[in-house]
Amino acid sequence: MASASVGKELTLYSYWRSSCSHRVRIALNLKGLKYEYKPVNLLKGEQSRPEFLQLNPVGCVPVLVDDHVVLYDSFAIIMYLEDKYPHNPLLPHDIYKRAINFQAASVVSSTIQPLHNLSLLNYIGEKVGPDEKLPWAQSIIRRGFKALEKLLKDHTGRYATGDEVFLADIFLAPQLHAAFKRFNIHMNEFPILARLHETYNEIPAFQEALPENQPDAVH
Amino acid sequence: MDLDLRKSGHGIGSNASLQSNLVLYSYCHSSCSWRIRFALSLKGIPYEYKAVDLSKGEQYSPEFERLNPLHYVPVLVDDNVVVSDSYAIFLHLEEKYTQKPLLPVDPQLRALNLQVASIIHSSIQPLHMLNVLKDMEKMFCAESKPWAQFTIDKGFSALEKLLKDFAGTYATGEHIYMADVFLAPQITLAVQRFDIDMSKFPTLSRLYETYKALPEFQASSPQRQPDALIHNP
Repeated sequence: MASASVGKELTLYSYWRSSCSHRVRIALNLKGLKYEYKPVNLLKGEQSRPEFLQLNPVGCVPVLVDDHVVLYDSFAIIMYLEDKYPHNPLLPHDIYKRAINFQAASVVSSTIQPLHNLSLLNYIGEKVGPDEKLPWAQSIIRRGFKALEKLLKDHTGRYATGDEVFLADIFLAPQLHAAFKRFNIHMNEFPILARLHETYNEIPAFQEALPENQPDAVH
Repeated sequence: MDLDLRKSGHGIGSNASLQSNLVLYSYCHSSCSWRIRFALSLKGIPYEYKAVDLSKGEQYSPEFERLNPLHYVPVLVDDNVVVSDSYAIFLHLEEKYTQKPLLPVDPQLRALNLQVASIIHSSIQPLHMLNVLKDMEKMFCAESKPWAQFTIDKGFSALEKLLKDFAGTYATGEHIYMADVFLAPQITLAVQRFDIDMSKFPTLSRLYETYKALPEFQASSPQRQPDALIHNP
């Protein structure tokens, strides 16, 4: 739901296939926040261009610009949105449930996704050969998913941590999408995660955030 | 293998008059555990230290599996709440134990701290985790240290750019916050284990000198932990 809004200056620099950008798109949609979508083509190296580096010296997406505030890193951006735009909360009140959400989000963002990111896969491709990239990614994902199934089994309702959509769902959805669609993980290996994946696909805020639905998507 | 309960100890500030409900499963040399020990020290929260000897594979014990099926430390047990993963534990502690805040109130500065911590937690440390490096060495039949050094250099370059306009005595100004809690163990590890040349990173290098002198950081350092005597590499 990218569009300019009168009096509101939210701009998201994003790449359609970036799972980290995908997280932020979901969060913005869930909070009903309008934003301008600015594509950054990672495959063309646009994140390394001078004009982008001036905005974000770290040279990665997503970047959220809120008036004069420039934010990077999906976890930091989403926590900022939660603080500044508290309607449609992305975290439950209960401190225990909050901790589970932080854990699930952090497992995805620090234990799974970094270990199958583009630069590591490219490194493995160079060192051993392109055929080894997929097995490596699958092994990383399987180990993480096995743990997530155990972590979530006592907490899931309709969604990851109960019957409302929260932070865990925002981090899980892009990871599940990547795992099942791009890395050929079979859904029957992970029943809880597979069910969540199907559920997310029915929610408009998640559908609209899908990679293939972005302005810069290549089909 | 059951965890060796003889290696339990008490964290800084623990005494009979302070009832502690916090248990921290930690390994003295784990930089992720060090973050949480440092945060607890800064907040002045007493805790029970439960050693998990990663070099003996204790993280694969049935007891530990129930705490964290990903088999890594730290894990915090806070009454009935079990939290693993240092980023999640930090956020839990910050929300529940509000003394000596480690996140600023200002939304932008708060986001910067979360971001710095996230770069370390998501873009640097996972890529040089011991089991990842071991897997790489098996695959490549070659030394994995160059990969670790490349990853750290790349992450530190990003952090140097981010922090140069914000750093004061500490990473994001004159108060110690989350960014420092994650930076201090990471820089120490980079220098001591991966031989990173810190002259390329003047801001981080200066922060490192500041951290080394901090009593709370010293108190939470690997050599001061109950399991340090048992495990000397």
